[in-house]
This record gives sequence, C-alpha cells and structure tokens, in this order.
Amino acid sequence: MDLATIIQILDSAMRLATPLLLACLAGLFSERAGIFDIGLEGKMLAAAFLSASVAFATNSAWLGLCAGMAASLILATIHGVASITFRGNQLISGVAINFLASGLTVVIGEAWFGLGGRTPALAGPARFQEIDLPFADALQGIPVLGPIYHDLLSGHSVLVYMGLAAVPLTWWILFRTRFGLRLRAVGENPAAVDTAGVSVVGLRFAAVMICGLLCGLAGAHLATALGAGFVKEMSAGRGFIALAALIFAKWRPWYALGACLLFGLLEALGNRYQNIDIAGIDVPTQFMQALPYILTVVILAGFVGKAIPPRAGGEPYVKER
Amino acid sequence: MTDTLPKWVDIALIPLVNVTLALIVSGIVVALIGENPFEALRILVNGAIGSAYGWGYTLYYMTNFVFTGLGVAVAFHARMFNIGGEGQAALGGLGVALCLLFIPWPHWSIALIAAIFGAALFGAAWAAIPAYLQAKRGSHIVITTIMFNFIASALMVYLLSRVLLVPGAGGSPETARFVEAVHLPNAATVLPFMGFPRSTPLNISFAVAILACFFVWWLIWRTRIGYEIRAFGHAAPAAIYAGIAPVRITMIAMLISGGLCGMMAINSVMGEAERLVIDPVQGAGFVGIAVALMGRSHPVGVALAALLFGMLYQGGAELEFEIPGISREMVIVIQALVILFTGALDNMVRGPLEKAFVARRKRPSKPEPTTPLEAGGHPERKQVEP
Repeated sequence: MDLATIIQILDSAMRLATPLLLACLAGLFSERAGIFDIGLEGKMLAAAFLSASVAFATNSAWLGLCAGMAASLILATIHGVASITFRGNQLISGVAINFLASGLTVVIGEAWFGLGGRTPALAGPARFQEIDLPFADALQGIPVLGPIYHDLLSGHSVLVYMGLAAVPLTWWILFRTRFGLRLRAVGENPAAVDTAGVSVVGLRFAAVMICGLLCGLAGAHLATALGAGFVKEMSAGRGFIALAALIFAKWRPWYALGACLLFGLLEALGNRYQNIDIAGIDVPTQFMQALPYILTVVILAGFVGKAIPPRAGGEPYVKER
Repeated sequence: MTDTLPKWVDIALIPLVNVTLALIVSGIVVALIGENPFEALRILVNGAIGSAYGWGYTLYYMTNFVFTGLGVAVAFHARMFNIGGEGQAALGGLGVALCLLFIPWPHWSIALIAAIFGAALFGAAWAAIPAYLQAKRGSHIVITTIMFNFIASALMVYLLSRVLLVPGAGGSPETARFVEAVHLPNAATVLPFMGFPRSTPLNISFAVAILACFFVWWLIWRTRIGYEIRAFGHAAPAAIYAGIAPVRITMIAMLISGGLCGMMAINSVMGEAERLVIDPVQGAGFVGIAVALMGRSHPVGVALAALLFGMLYQGGAELEFEIPGISREMVIVIQALVILFTGALDNMVRGPLEKAFVARRKRPSKPEPTTPLEAGGHPERKQVEP
C-alpha cells in the first residue's frame, strides 16, 4: 500500500466521517443536557431529503442547507415537546421520529418527484463544491507533506470544514461558557439548576434545538455534498453509528472527533475492499461494517474504560411542588 | 397518578384517543400530498378486510406482529425497552433455517415444534448478551439492543452470502428451500370452508401466535416469575428489598422477550418464504414496539393492535396499487405517529383527562350520613369508585 492509496483512503474517511461527526456533536449537546436522542438518524434523513429537494428547486446548495436545517429543527421540536413539555419517554419519541422521517421522506418525495422516493440528481451550484485551500497547488510538489495537504486536507466541501470547526467550538461552548456549564449541569442535576433560578426547560430546549441544527448540517452533507441528491434511506444507520461514536467518545467533543474519524475510516476501508486479509485471516466486509457497533458494545460493557452517561439522562425533570 | 383514572379510561379510552389522533394527522399528510384521505381510508380498509384474500394477508402480518409485540411487551413489564426485536427475529430465522435444513423431519408438526424451539433459542440467545450487560454491567439495554440489530444484520448478510448460500440461487443470498415435508399447512388447507385463496401466506403459525398470547397472559399474571417481573418493573428497589434478584429477572424477562421475537420467524421463514432470505423480518421487530405500546403490554391489547397493524400493512400495499400517488411508506408514517402519540405524547392526552376526572370527582356530592351504614363500609367511596 503506497502513500497515494493511504491518502485516498484517509481522504474518503474524512468525507464519510463528517456526517458522523456533525450528528455525534448534535447528540453530544442533547445528551449532555439530559435528553437522550436516538432520533439522530431520522433528523439527518429528513434534512437530507429537504435539502436535496430545495437545492434542486432553487439550484442553490445554501438554500437547500437552510431547508434541511429547518426540517431537522421541526423534528427536534417534536422531540422537545414530547420529552420535555409532556415528559414522555425520550427513547420512544426518538424511535417515532426515526420512523416519521423514514416514511415521510419517501411519501413526500414520491408525491413531489415521482421517482420512487429519490430526488432528481443535483449538479452545479445545487451541490456543495470542493474548496481548494490556499497554496494547495503550489505546495503539491513537496514530498509527503505536499500530497497530504493537497489531497487530504484540501479539496473538501465547506461542510467538512464546518464539521471540523464544530469540534473546538463545541468544546468551547460546553466547557468555557456559562451556557455550557449550565447545560452540562442540567444533564447531571437539573434540580440544582432549577434551584439556582435557571430554567431547566429552556436549557433543555436550547440543547435539543442545537442538536437539530447540527443534524441538519449532517443531513445536508449527505445529500448535497457527499451524494448528488436524496436516495431513500440514504442515512443508512449513520445516526446510530454517530450514537455509537458518542458513547465511544464518552460524551466528550475531542474524543468524538477521534471516534468519528475511526468509524469513517472503517467505512472507507469497507467501501474499498470487499475483504481484507489480516495476518492470513480473511476478514469479511460485513465484519468491518459491524465493527463500530461491536466496539461500542465492548465500551458500554465497561471492560475497556467505562462509559458513564450524564446522570440525569433520559429522565424528565419534574419540578417539586 | 394512574389511580385518579378509572381503569376503562386507562386501558381503552386513552389508547383510542391516541390512535385517533395519529390517524387524523396521517389523514392530514395524505391531504397535503393532494389525495383524498377518506378515499384512501376506504381503500385501505377494503384492501385489508374486504376479501378473504385481504384477510389472509392481514392475519399473516398480524401473526408476525403478535410475536414481536408480545416480546416487546414482556420486556416492558420489567421496565425494559427492547428495541432489538428486529435482530432477535432475524436470528430466530437463522434458528428455524438451521433446524429445518440439516435435520430430516418426517412431518411438519414435529418440525414445527422443533422450529419453535430453534427460533426461540436463537432469539433468546441474541437478547442474552444485551440482557447480561444490562444486568451485570449496567450498559443501557436500548443502546446495546440497537447495536445488536446492526450486528445481526451484518452477521446474517455474511452467513447468507458466504456460508449458507446455495449455488444457483440466482445471485440473491438465500438458503435452499426447505423440504416439502416441513411446509406448514396454509389457511386454504386448514380452513377450506373459509375461502382463503392458496396464494395467501396465512398459515398454522397464526394458531401458535394466539397460543403465545395465552402463554404470556398466564406467565405475567398467573406465575411467580410473572409476578416478579411485574414487581421489578413497577418498583425495582421494592422488588429487590422483597428478595427478587434483579440480575435474574432482567435476564429472564429479556430471554423470554427475545425468544418471542425470534418465534416470529416460524411464520415468515417456515410458513411463508420456506427458506431463509435476506431480511426475513421486514421491520416487524419495530412494529412490535408500536403494537406493545398501543396494546398497553397486555396480550389482548397486543393482539388487537397487531390486527390493526396487519390491516395497515396489507391495506397499505393495496393503497399503493390503487392510488399510485400514495406510496407504501405511508404505513410507516402511520406507524410512527401511533408510536409518537401512544408512547411519547401519552401525557398530552392523559393530563387533560386526569384533570377532567379529578374535577368531576371533587364535585360536592349529595349529603350523606357521616356514620357508616354498615360496619367497615364507606358509602361515599363505594359510590364513586365502582
């Protein structure tokens, strides 16, 4: 395996990791505030569909992105109303949102375009184009570092860079701002936050909405940057892999970056090789696909570093009267 | 809080209101995509129960959903949310296939019993690891069962495309057909006077599903294990204080849950496909969640909810055929809304109803003698709480 191949695989891993990363950070905000969200998948799917539809209609990827975020925000609102306002079961609400997105995208897509749940293929300004970083061409000649800069770091869509930028931003918001401190507190001990005179409901809704925005970005990346249009069930379990990455990262932003890059790499390897020969043992591609889930179960089992979720996660907050 | 509502409101009125809301919202969706919701409903109901052919499919789907619904319901009784029905049922399919492919059974009846055991064993085994991790290591069962669904799907693709694949199956990953002797009798054979066409997949597994309903009722409300499961689900600390071992109950409840989900495969794999294909479950594991929620985890409710979803699945197929503007996925939308309204937004309906009933109860009653009329009696309470 030469350097060019390795860079190609890593390059594709970066692209594939971006939706995971955005969805993972989305889940991070929500779960840190004590709202479990297994509806990441559904929000991504809805965002992918609407961003592709609007991008096709307006021929603008940016308008598509806005529409995608709006779709994701609507589902996030449903999740918030169900799990915060009506104190319903957050997991059941997430399941419902996944099915809602899975069904509605096809029903509406079929009614609008009549292509069996697809949107028409996007081209030109309806997709996010690859951006060349400055001096990428000039530095290409430098051995090792040149190709890494030119092929691996440069030449991605703007959403990839937004995803990477979201990691330090999330870290800064959660660990260096008052809002972040309160948000984490509301996930650990909402009663204490309430006693301090800060609205638990408001904070949790804010977290759920941020989650919706980030899922919208992730979905738009799937349909208007990674792919060229929406395809039925195109999120293909990525919301759950993001959830797995979130647990793998133990609800921390920088670790989330690492986990998502790892899972992106696994996907890239799985796409490139049908089966991999490691030390004489034939590893089937299905094993590579299942590996993120297996790793997550192992982490959850606590045999390799225990993953402890936010303490108040999943429990509706009932104010004492 | 549930004490404030009469029982019939809790088990009948609220689910009914929830489902009605879900159907109204579904109707709005149909109207928004430019079709007539009442016409759609008519076609759906007619397609599902308007003919023996429709009934044959409706009851076939119902059979699947009864198994997975009961599975999810048993876990609900222990206050656990088993999202892994999909994977457990897929593994159940593997159990059925292994059982029928490699052992020469003389007659379908013996094979059916063996297949039930095979399906339940494999389904339970797939639930065992998440259950153990929940019981012993505190890993959240929802997350682990979701992960196990994906692992199961990868495992099944691997087994079907590399291990169990028959040469010359036309490229689609599937096992060889089961031998003629183990084909389950279908409705046309068992009930010739009912007029089910031979093409409908309804088969003897339907009877097994009904028996499973009785079994779950007996298990949950008539046995010691069932009592322990319910006690643990209602108040885990109290149950532990009373000497109920949490690890044991978690394991038992999840094993039964996984076993029931796995048993779905006798209907879809042994009864219908008569071979193991890729994804024999077709989402039934997830429908089980909606069914258990709607049926309030009671076998009777589960059976009725499964019938409703059976109608939706069969009627939905007819709907797509009759009105091409409405795609089959409309059924998934309805399913999602049922889960949303009966599961997550339950308090939206329950809250106002509770207020209404409390208000009615607080209304001053007619003057009554303050001393009890008879020893131990309490006229006021007797009157209000029948």
